[in-house]
Amino acid sequence: MDLHTVVEVVSPARVGDWRPGDAWLAGGTALFGAPPAGVTRLLDLGAAGWTPLTPGDDGLEIAATCTVAELAGFTGTAAHTAFHGLAVACCHAFLASFKIWNVATVGGNLCAALPAGPMIALTAALDGWCRILGPAGERRVPVVEFVTGDGTTVLRDGEVLRSVTLPAEALTGLTAYRRGSLFPHGRSAVLLAGRVPAGGGLVLTVTAATPRPHQLRFPAAPGPAELRAAILDAVGDGWFDDVHGLPAWRRHLTLRYAEEIRAELAR
Amino acid sequence: MTVRINGTDHDRDPRPGQCLRTFLREQGCFGVKKGCDTGDCGACTVHVDGVPVHSCVYPAFRARGRQVTTIEGLAAPDGLHPVQQRFLDAQGFQCGFCTAGMIMTTAALDDEKLADLPRALKGNLCRCTGYRAIADAIHGAGGVGEPRAGEAVGASTGAPAGPEVVTGTARYTFDLDVPGLLHLKVLRSPHAHARILGIDTAEALAVPGVRAVLTHADAPARLFSTARHENPGEDPADTRVLDDVVRHVGQRVAAVVAETEGAAEEGCRRLRVTYEVLPAVLDPFEALRPGAPLVHGDKGAAGNVAGELHAELGSVADGFAAADVVHEETFRTPRVQHASLETHGAIGWFDERGRLTLRSSTQTPFLTRRALADLYDLPLSEVRVLTGRVGGGFGGKQEMLVEDLVALAVRRTGAPVKLEYTRAEQFTSATTRHPFTVRIRAGARRDGTLTALELHVVTDTGAYGNHGPSVMYHGCHESIAVYRCPAKKVDAYAVYTHTVPSGAFRGYGLGQVSFAVESMLDELARRLGLDPVVLRERNVVCPGEPLAAPGDHADDLLIGSYGLDQCLDVMREAAAAPPGPAAPPGWLVGDGMAIAMIAAGPPGGHLADAAVTLLSDGRYEVAVGTAEFGNGSTTVHTQITADALGTTPDRIVVRQSDTDLVGHDTGAFASTGVVVAGHAVLRAATALRARILALTGGVTLTADAVELPGGALLTLKDLAASSGAPILARGEWTGTPRSVAFNAQWFRIAVDPATGELRILRSVHSADAGRVMNPLQCRGQVEGGVAQALGSALTERMVIDGHGAVTTTGFRQYHLPAFADVPRTEVVFARTEDTIGPLGAKSMSESPYNPVAPALANALRDATGIRFTELPFTPDRIWQRLQG
Repeated sequence: MDLHTVVEVVSPARVGDWRPGDAWLAGGTALFGAPPAGVTRLLDLGAAGWTPLTPGDDGLEIAATCTVAELAGFTGTAAHTAFHGLAVACCHAFLASFKIWNVATVGGNLCAALPAGPMIALTAALDGWCRILGPAGERRVPVVEFVTGDGTTVLRDGEVLRSVTLPAEALTGLTAYRRGSLFPHGRSAVLLAGRVPAGGGLVLTVTAATPRPHQLRFPAAPGPAELRAAILDAVGDGWFDDVHGLPAWRRHLTLRYAEEIRAELAR
Repeated sequence: MTVRINGTDHDRDPRPGQCLRTFLREQGCFGVKKGCDTGDCGACTVHVDGVPVHSCVYPAFRARGRQVTTIEGLAAPDGLHPVQQRFLDAQGFQCGFCTAGMIMTTAALDDEKLADLPRALKGNLCRCTGYRAIADAIHGAGGVGEPRAGEAVGASTGAPAGPEVVTGTARYTFDLDVPGLLHLKVLRSPHAHARILGIDTAEALAVPGVRAVLTHADAPARLFSTARHENPGEDPADTRVLDDVVRHVGQRVAAVVAETEGAAEEGCRRLRVTYEVLPAVLDPFEALRPGAPLVHGDKGAAGNVAGELHAELGSVADGFAAADVVHEETFRTPRVQHASLETHGAIGWFDERGRLTLRSSTQTPFLTRRALADLYDLPLSEVRVLTGRVGGGFGGKQEMLVEDLVALAVRRTGAPVKLEYTRAEQFTSATTRHPFTVRIRAGARRDGTLTALELHVVTDTGAYGNHGPSVMYHGCHESIAVYRCPAKKVDAYAVYTHTVPSGAFRGYGLGQVSFAVESMLDELARRLGLDPVVLRERNVVCPGEPLAAPGDHADDLLIGSYGLDQCLDVMREAAAAPPGPAAPPGWLVGDGMAIAMIAAGPPGGHLADAAVTLLSDGRYEVAVGTAEFGNGSTTVHTQITADALGTTPDRIVVRQSDTDLVGHDTGAFASTGVVVAGHAVLRAATALRARILALTGGVTLTADAVELPGGALLTLKDLAASSGAPILARGEWTGTPRSVAFNAQWFRIAVDPATGELRILRSVHSADAGRVMNPLQCRGQVEGGVAQALGSALTERMVIDGHGAVTTTGFRQYHLPAFADVPRTEVVFARTEDTIGPLGAKSMSESPYNPVAPALANALRDATGIRFTELPFTPDRIWQRLQG
């Protein structure tokens, strides 16, 4: 929709340009679809020309402005089995269609910080860390800590998410994924990703069923009871409650899918 | 830097915060539609450098230096793009508002995406078709036929507007450029109930571009109802254009009129309103209690009842005493929204002779003209109301929700003014389907014969009574009149609450009550060990029998034809057929069916005038008041006229839905487009035929000529040229007597007990529409009705929070059925010819909706052993019930 309060587009925008009333603009699908009140300037990140995907020895750097379509189409390094296993599945978890993928960005999905944000699930599951630029300098935050609640992140005024880096050690190995929704291609109510790290064990990432991602790390493959207890302990009564699913159902599906993932990866 | 649109450079710079959609429309690309404005519905799909995007969430400034293709530029100059042709051939549309986006999306699908349409089309919503026609169009399966002269009725002729719809040139309400247009935005109440103590407008008026602020001080004191009926007395007059008391969150507080939408919005933000917050009641049962806050207490109302019905036929006490089995259950239906893809809105202006003119997205131009004339003390001749093509209605536009305010603004400013609802306003500030709570008690003998039916019904009409009493009455009529039970009793209340108003919605109360009645009959059949079809057969009314329900109901309703027996046969055959696709292992499988009856038209009169004129080029022009919003009545009017005059539909031009065209038309609601307006058209066309033959001494009419005695031909063109005065004839129909139409729905479903997921394995619908005027189109109406009902039954629910605010204000929170959510439904028509409807036809627009929810509930009962009594049946709720 039109953002009638916007009087200026700063393009390309730089860190330091930000002042109250400004909004960082990546793809624009979130900002133009559900605009926050009172935005007066758009700080255009799209014109910065960041390389969308940069594979390197230490991992895969995904620019905040990398579109979902670019991510879904990335065939990169064959050794990145964990990435390829999860990336397309998480893209399909978007409620949004492939047309939105052409515009929406990975960074935008993280910054919108919706419980169902599938790029949060993907990058959290692969131990991603966020590179945040701000007037005071640069800092790094793990994705699982970047999102703090329904629509909230650790970003402070003036800070911008520059990229997410998935470390090399998290890009290989086995993964498994489960998703629950009220409707066949509806918004995710439960989105779980499991991964077997190089040294064995299990990393389970729980999203969509909870306001923020939860990650459970087991140095050795857990049994069903251990897994279940760990999830219940981590989430407590923090099951998300909105029109996309009853909390009790989300809890049930999370436990069920977690066990399916555990069993699948234990084979 | 310029934007290249459809091959032409455009130099104008977009505004900084502008989205591409509005920029393209400002450049004249009106085929780019606003359905949601949030990136969810796909009606605004365009290609940027060949890549499909949703233009409503695409920053316009980013189109600089790029090539944009809209629906207007998709085809090569010499014809239609292949996808456009396929949508035309299969009639892959009804109202057509989503069609440009569907076509632009389809044109961008590669083979992989074409192979998975449920996924590929998740960003394209259609509210009308149920997607089968769209799938057929994408797969290149035609269906539209071109009948020979005089053989149009009964053929699948295409909609006359088809070529415009698929090329994006059909003109909907807002698709015109009005120089000097002002924009109106509404400040809406944050409180469920409050008195407005003061509105400081100074800051708002100081915003550059703001031309006027309208408050209750500017509004007429006169009370009216937003509901439109032929008889205005049907609805309580309880509404003001702008009131000093607000009765629901989202109600109008004040309006700002400005040169831009942005200035109008800024003006709204700068209004300083002082409220005295008053106690509110959000639940109809609470509202019925003594001492509850009164919704219209300021008008002297003593309670919150907008209408009630207490009546008994026979003795239910005796009936229950004579029963072998008695059962009681309470059923609930939520608020749902019509979600027509074109939002409410109107553009108003003074025409060249100073007449107030409104172009509105309405189903009732003539009744809205009447209401405006009453409201502003104008003679009817000083008000004109017309429509463009209307982008969906479903009953939601049988209201005056915007025209009163636009008229006030036009009268204040003297300038043309537009008010176009946002999608969020559709949810917070339009109308909804009435939520019903139905407690039903039923008794039957061992053989299944009903002995008593007793209903206690409470409907929530929200803050205003528009349609409240009528929906309550109608809901309690055909739903039980279809059964010849000796004892029936109804106690019903339409109750005010401080919530968004309810209003007319497809089915008009029948769907809510049928959910209870049809679930109950299924339950009785189970308890008696009877086949549910057999139980229906033992109780349904038969030809010649009275249609009886408690209360004073109009006595002009007759069984003009009877196909319910055939509909029930189809249900039996569906249940007896081989199982079909298997469910996954461990899933629970069940069947269920339900029936519905509906009156072909409303009680109390429904009027239509029509005129048919011979044009100078030898074609005929039909003038009719009825609006076209995908209902397809225009197609049928064309067919009727073509056959009456012995010609082909392409020689018929229809002008419609403009108060300047004919004397009167009650409107396109209550399933009357064919049976009332069509009747008037038939009479006019038949009269014109007689007139032409009398004028010329002709023997008969051919496609383009009059055949004279001896076989000589006088072309219609020559006849028109030789006549000093236009050759025309008029027809009218008053909508009485009325017949009834029947529907039956059958489902086989599977439920995953581990997750609550419900899958429909097979869907069969049987419809008695009398003579089917246009099989392709009538099938589309049935499929669309089933799909909309699947939304109400499986996915849709408006949520109101503890303060009375609607929280489901967009298509991300309120899930409309998408392609993936709607199974193919097999549609079987009964073979009947009605004795009342024109050429044997009956209504078939609202009624397919009504049996769907109970048929699903009955299938769920069969599969799970649990009686589900509250809609919608979402997986989380199904799973929760399965836990015991």
